[in-house]
Amino acid sequence: MSAEIIISVKDLQKTFNNGEVQALNGVSVDIRKSEVLVVIGPSGSGKSTFLRCLNLLERPTGGSVVFEGTDITAPRVNINLCRRRMGMVFQHFNLFPHMTVLRNLTLGPIELLNKSPAEANEKAMQLLERVGLSDRSDAYPFQLSGGQKQRIAIVRALCMEPDVMLFDEPTSALDPEMVGEVLDVMKELANTGMTMVVVTHEMGFAREVADRVLFMDEGVIVEQGTPGEIFDHPKSERLRSFLSKVL
Amino acid sequence: MAEAFSKFKESFTFNFIEGSRWKYITNGLLVTLKVTFFAVLIGLMIGVVVAMIRSSFDQTKDEMQPGLGKTLMTALNAIAQVYLTVIRGTPVVVQLLIGYFVIFVSSTNTVLVAIMVFGINSGAYITEIIRGGIMSIDRGQFEAGRSIGFNYVQTMRHIIIPQAIKNVLPSLANEFIALMKETAVCGYIGLMDLTKGGDVIRGRTFSAFMPLLAVALIYLILVIFFSWLISKLERRLRSNER
Repeated sequence: MSAEIIISVKDLQKTFNNGEVQALNGVSVDIRKSEVLVVIGPSGSGKSTFLRCLNLLERPTGGSVVFEGTDITAPRVNINLCRRRMGMVFQHFNLFPHMTVLRNLTLGPIELLNKSPAEANEKAMQLLERVGLSDRSDAYPFQLSGGQKQRIAIVRALCMEPDVMLFDEPTSALDPEMVGEVLDVMKELANTGMTMVVVTHEMGFAREVADRVLFMDEGVIVEQGTPGEIFDHPKSERLRSFLSKVL
Repeated sequence: MAEAFSKFKESFTFNFIEGSRWKYITNGLLVTLKVTFFAVLIGLMIGVVVAMIRSSFDQTKDEMQPGLGKTLMTALNAIAQVYLTVIRGTPVVVQLLIGYFVIFVSSTNTVLVAIMVFGINSGAYITEIIRGGIMSIDRGQFEAGRSIGFNYVQTMRHIIIPQAIKNVLPSLANEFIALMKETAVCGYIGLMDLTKGGDVIRGRTFSAFMPLLAVALIYLILVIFFSWLISKLERRLRSNER
């Protein structure tokens, strides 16, 4: 674990409703290149807020996030440029319903990376092939199953050729029989060396794929370690009681 | 029966054929369509811009950091609010008269004045329609756009506005149809539109029935035609949805 640090989070704070709700209360973590970091914890523990602070979908109220050497929480940083290098996958897919699959995938590369349509299409088709959906490129999102939508959403993020991928409970909105196909894509992605931060309730995925697991509760990191340490030798009482409920 | 028909024919000839008076109707119709079309175009442009100002201010006012951007947005939002209040709070006839006799007083192009006034007027209503459309789009769409790296305006342009417009197309169509009928008051500034054309014939022939009913019938046919056109367009746009 000596690879370079790609995201460095220091003392991250986030309050909602003018300080009434403390979602994050001092989270510090370094994310290394090619690392798969899985964040687990009960609902309301702040894990989604933590993830959304990494690309500033939520603006932290304190602390800093340094991404590839840039403190993105500083004023006047062009966050849009940073976000191009951070792919994000949402619980509810958020595909653009008024565009075909292919257009969903190529909009960003064409508009933001100045790729030619032919170039963007070729890249998109390659990636679609990899997730087994090359025959659905002309479909509209409503014609796809949940699992297909989420695989497309992953490809959409990958088309921007990001350095890190953020997953916000990517399988929580799926029918159980579709969870596997999405997790398979994510596993394959992890094998290619992609840096990934995954918020999930899929403990099997965490155990199998994660390099490191963070357990969060009440806005802080309660415990972190390898999957073996977290799942087989939990130290804190809170983690033990959480695991006893979800495993 | 035959007598009634020949009377009708006589009246028709007298009102429309003699002295080529039908030209008042056709020329007026062209003016009505021209004013409506360009006014809606202007209204749509104003509506999209003002709706973006209003909704972006509402969405981000709590999170914006103090500075030039925030001051600018607050000022723009205030201007937008005043615009909406004044335009929606005064009759369009009064706006038309003010536009013609006060604001564009040096302009001799009455059609252009009418287009500007009705465009600015409908812009206020279209703003509220589009703002409703923007607010109806799931927040996740906005976040997805931003997470790819689009800035606020790009996200609006590629992702939010197209969906919003589609959602509010029926309301926009109603606005277009309502505006077409509203332009009937532009005779107030001496513009020879369809209504004024019919009225001029009435003044020439001293028979009210035929010219005014013809005018009403033409409006009705236009409304029915555009409603049909829009429902067709709507069905095509819905094809990528359940």
